[in-house]
Amino acid sequence: MTADPILKLEHVTKTFGGIQALDDVSFDIAEGEIFGIIGPNGSGKTTIVNCVTGFIKLTSGAIYFRGKRISGKPAHKIADMGVTRTFQIMRPYFSLSAYKNLVIPLFSPRAKRTGGWRGGGKLGDRNTVSIDILEEIGFERDSFVPYKMASTLPTGYLKRLELARCLALKPEIIICDEIFSGLSPSEIASMVPLIERLKMDGITLIMIEHRLRELFQVADRVMVLNFGRKLMQGSAAEAMANPEVREAYFGSREVEEVMSHA
Amino acid sequence: MSDLEQRRRERIDRGIKVRTEGIYALMSSRELAYLLVPRLILIVGLLLFPLVIPSLYWQRVISIVCIYALLALSFDFLAHYVGLVSLGGAFFVGTGGYIAAFLNTTWGIPFILTIPIATIVGAAICTLCLLPCLPLRGVYFAIVSLMYPLFASRLIEALDILGGTDGIMGVVSFPNRWVEQYTLIGLLLLFLFGIRRLVNMDIGLVLRGVKDNDQSIRASGINITHYKAAAVFIAAALGCLGGACLVHIYMWSGLSQFALDFSIIPIAATVVGGAGTLVGPVLGCLILVPVSELLRDFGTLRIVFYSLILVLVIVFRSEGLMVYGQRKYHQFERWTNL
Repeated sequence: MTADPILKLEHVTKTFGGIQALDDVSFDIAEGEIFGIIGPNGSGKTTIVNCVTGFIKLTSGAIYFRGKRISGKPAHKIADMGVTRTFQIMRPYFSLSAYKNLVIPLFSPRAKRTGGWRGGGKLGDRNTVSIDILEEIGFERDSFVPYKMASTLPTGYLKRLELARCLALKPEIIICDEIFSGLSPSEIASMVPLIERLKMDGITLIMIEHRLRELFQVADRVMVLNFGRKLMQGSAAEAMANPEVREAYFGSREVEEVMSHA
Repeated sequence: MSDLEQRRRERIDRGIKVRTEGIYALMSSRELAYLLVPRLILIVGLLLFPLVIPSLYWQRVISIVCIYALLALSFDFLAHYVGLVSLGGAFFVGTGGYIAAFLNTTWGIPFILTIPIATIVGAAICTLCLLPCLPLRGVYFAIVSLMYPLFASRLIEALDILGGTDGIMGVVSFPNRWVEQYTLIGLLLLFLFGIRRLVNMDIGLVLRGVKDNDQSIRASGINITHYKAAAVFIAAALGCLGGACLVHIYMWSGLSQFALDFSIIPIAATVVGGAGTLVGPVLGCLILVPVSELLRDFGTLRIVFYSLILVLVIVFRSEGLMVYGQRKYHQFERWTNL
């Protein structure tokens, strides 16, 4: 990692009452990479997302985006800088149709500046831009799907809608909180190329995942968390080989299964 | 009753409703009428009221109805499009009323200026006061907003400012009843259609998003507080406008302008008229306020009958008249075999 990191966490600590959710976690993320964060339930993965995006405040430590301190800023300011997130439990506007769901992020100051995902600095008609973005991430334009109420959409589309909300801001970083969970194998299979395309677009992706096989397909590096502490960081192969990681998380059978597919 | 196992009632949009949703609405007079007639009934109906009502007493009621309707509109907008349940109607009325009365009696500013000034300045004051509680939601916001009218009236009473318990007297009235009534009816229609337009614009979607799901709004890089404050400003402006008109009607501004009637009756009207429809609360006021006047003959029993009517509406038509009416207008029901 010779280039300056796009995101840098320094000694991030977060306690909820007596519970140590994150304990002195530090790591760097390089521009354009896919960085995976894995760990057992309750290991602090989602807490990292919430800390980075400003949804909760750190107890101590600091987070820098392109050298600028973002910890302590409100969530909307951080999103405005281009650090966006999806929610593990999807949070669409249920009473609006899919494409109207995107009109809202397109109303944000950042979307007005950037023009949305493919916008060249000028935002066109929000309804049109919204349908364009939806089409690119897999809502068939000529079908009725973009016009359906969010409350009637299946999980696969809602996960894509979460991504679309980030893309409407023309993000620099997308933090995907378990974007594969709850999806069928075929839905995941169609999601993987989408993730790869976002990477080719130059978007840095942080992926919190439980679906290791799919994550290891796309991730450049992974970090393993356990009880809020960083266990190790390295390539997927290194993570699988690490005995501490095996013990904390994988269980020997699944590792073998993953290895046999790798 | 085994019949019910094979048959089911279903509710379907009328063809004409679907046809009038797009540009096709303009293709035939029937479709145009479908869209325009309900709106015209409301507009023409309201405009005719001052002409057809003979008694002086009931003419005054029209003006009061309009003021309550502005408040109900303000409540419905905040509660159902922004997710802030506000009991601050009385605070808005009182603030607007006192500002108008003060400007008029102290500096002799004519009503044509006091009303807009009171609307804007009053709304700004109300928004500033409510700013600290904007992060609160649901019942917590309601409680704090309820506190303000009580606080303001006690403050005036204790410090003996702005006329103390006597209020400010000698406020100039509207030149005649026509100006009074048509100003109010015009403003009511303007704001009713204005707010309906607003909630369907893109900014309205953001406001509805704040209600649905504020976490996603924050994740979209949008400052929730700005939008909540803007919505409170609009709602407060409606209330202050009502209050300013009220003091020019009564030619007096007093502590009763902070009375909880102004907070509670708009909510009752919203429930009766149909929450979330914007026009429903206006309709609710058109029914509730005159009913409340009619019941004056019963003296102390008035509130008993009033409550009874409310209970009946809530039990038998809890969705509200306008929601019911819109459903009947746009949809039909039929039995289908399973």
